[in-house]
Amino acid sequence: MTTKTDSLYAPREPVFPRRVSGYFRTLKWWIMAVTLAIYYVTPWIRWDRGPALPDQAVLVDLADRRFYFFWIEIWPHEFYFVAGLLIMAGLGLFLFTAALGRVWCGYTCPQTVWTDLFILVERWIEGDRNARVRLHNAPWSVRKARLRATKWTVWMLIGLATGGAWVFYFTDAPTLAQDLLTFDAAPVAYMTIATLTATTFVFGGFMREQVCIYMCPWPRIQGAMMDEDTLTVAYRDWRGEPRGKHRKAAGAEALGDCIDCNACVNVCPMGIDIRDGQQMACITCALCIDACDDVMAKTGRDRGLIDYLALSDAPREIAGGKPKPIWQHVLRPRNVVYTALWAAVGLGLLFALFIRPEIEMTVAPVRNPTFVTLSDGTIRNAYDVRIRNKHGEAREFAISATAEAPLSVEVEGSVDGKVGVSADTQAMQRVYVSAPPESTAASAERTDLRLWVQELQSGARASVSTTFNGSGQ
Amino acid sequence: MSEKRIDPVTGTETTGHSWDGIEELNNPLPRWWLWTFYGTIIWGVIYMILFPAWPLVNEATSGLLGYSTRANVAAEIEAAEAANADLRQGLVNTEMAALPQNEELHRFAVSAGGAVFRTNCSQCHGSGAQGALGYPNLLDDAWLWGGSLDEIAYTVRHGIRNEDDPDARWSEMPAFGDILEEQEIVTLAEHVASLPEGTDPLAGPGGELFDMNCASCHGTDAKGDRTVGAPDLTDAIWLYGSDVDSLVETITEGPFGVMPAWGERLGEAEVRAVAAYVHQLGGGESPEAQQGE
Repeated sequence: MTTKTDSLYAPREPVFPRRVSGYFRTLKWWIMAVTLAIYYVTPWIRWDRGPALPDQAVLVDLADRRFYFFWIEIWPHEFYFVAGLLIMAGLGLFLFTAALGRVWCGYTCPQTVWTDLFILVERWIEGDRNARVRLHNAPWSVRKARLRATKWTVWMLIGLATGGAWVFYFTDAPTLAQDLLTFDAAPVAYMTIATLTATTFVFGGFMREQVCIYMCPWPRIQGAMMDEDTLTVAYRDWRGEPRGKHRKAAGAEALGDCIDCNACVNVCPMGIDIRDGQQMACITCALCIDACDDVMAKTGRDRGLIDYLALSDAPREIAGGKPKPIWQHVLRPRNVVYTALWAAVGLGLLFALFIRPEIEMTVAPVRNPTFVTLSDGTIRNAYDVRIRNKHGEAREFAISATAEAPLSVEVEGSVDGKVGVSADTQAMQRVYVSAPPESTAASAERTDLRLWVQELQSGARASVSTTFNGSGQ
Repeated sequence: MSEKRIDPVTGTETTGHSWDGIEELNNPLPRWWLWTFYGTIIWGVIYMILFPAWPLVNEATSGLLGYSTRANVAAEIEAAEAANADLRQGLVNTEMAALPQNEELHRFAVSAGGAVFRTNCSQCHGSGAQGALGYPNLLDDAWLWGGSLDEIAYTVRHGIRNEDDPDARWSEMPAFGDILEEQEIVTLAEHVASLPEGTDPLAGPGGELFDMNCASCHGTDAKGDRTVGAPDLTDAIWLYGSDVDSLVETITEGPFGVMPAWGERLGEAEVRAVAAYVHQLGGGESPEAQQGE
């Protein structure tokens, strides 16, 4: 700092994570492969729903207001499924954070996965940490320009594939792919792809850890969700300190296990030193564990100088005891409650999914006017009946009414009282219910009435209770 | 200021203002803030030149780009009308009786007719077309002048008993207060009030009066006559009230319900659209029923 006043701005320290291998790195490669495969492949899975419906397994059809997920189809009025899934996602994050710390951040967050992919590309093209540091510090040259251009091009292609895959979730993927290539697709498709390409390129290539540290709210929330039993990546300072390099120097026997090789710092994608203790910038990607285990093996010491451990174990270990088994940390009341809540919401959604009917109806009585007197004295009420046909094919419905008093039903525009509703749509049908002249229903103020629709092919029925208004005279 | 004073604690220049020894630091605005501020001023000037900005006496300066939300709306309306031009033309060209068979055109007509109805007709006939005393209910199956699509369209186009359209539906019930004695009118009213219960229209003293004064228009069977808009007196529907007092008033004064001619005001497509809308409200008659009468 050149001025006396503290600046609020700190320039970014570039991070050059070194290659590492080990248990957690392998696990992360697998998670990356699976999550990326899910993201890129899902829109291309086909699922036959009959001729009237799209055959894309996972499709958010905004234009027709439908969400398709394999055999499940969600209508807008069933949005509570989405709300329920979001609640489950929230509770799931609570559970995983309370049990395993920022495991979401470290393994599955898109920002982490894509950054990991971008760093992989960077390493392929520009070499490992030392080569990259040298290249970073070198003045611009043809070689540097070539490497940078290659890297950025590959990044851009990944970004393009990422943005490109996103839009396939919203419309039929093969058709859209064709339209995109022939420039016949909707402008919004190109704009979405452009935006997501740009954000992927910038977030994965340049902003990286800054997204986690400065932009993401989750690290702040997570700080409040962890407790002393949460398993998190930590440095066993009681074992490692005092750290020191010169093992053969005098007084070396007083040194701890940490040989201060900085392997944990060099592999860190966040550019932090885990030995400083738990910190907000740590996404618990566990790469420092792999790096340190490697060094411990080479120096003939036990693994786990940096390891997943709970804070409550620290005094126990310092006293020479053994840490509590992992299941005792995980199976504590708080996590059991989260799991129970999560499962309850999930079971509720499953239950709702299986009891939801294939046909549904709503009835809106026409109350302007409440009734109409016909020339022969018949009292007529009108109802707007909305019938939902969730089948993948057109179905025919019969409309009828039950009431204590005799009432007749007339379906507007239909001679036989039947209504056809095309596949996967809802139809509004005006229905007239009439009470004969001077009948009880005609002269009563109100008569209870139940309107029924029956799907003629399967015989499934739905009904809604409503009221018939008489003249009251 | 001749001499800068530096605050010893912060090392910042002061403005020289001092209140009881408390001095104001002269912290300049951040450079980015200042440039943003200048930028907004420049933007504002450019905006005022390009877009409508200064209110004058009658209108505002129009701006170089000629932007106008009013013109945009007009253009949008024009575009919508252009998009519907084929449907409107189709509506004008189609036989009214065949309209319900053309599903797309019928849907357009009903939807457009609903808008026309709510704007122009609901003031008298009610927003639900339920009518009011003296204004017919359009939901029921009783039609003074006919309930087929063609008849409804004619009524809308030319209106009833108005002076503006020579083709308006026309008839006039005399004010029998000038013709009959008061007691005769009461007798007649009581007789008419009993007609829906199945009384013979020509029976008794009331029937005699009916035959002499009413049957020429309402028919000897009291079923009315649509060619002169005479209502059926045997049904359950009464435009001016069904009790004896109301009937006495109706017979004494002679109702003269007027409906404006809408043909000129709305245009043929709208007339047909609103006829289609009214026809599907629950009481519309098919052409066969019309012929059967």
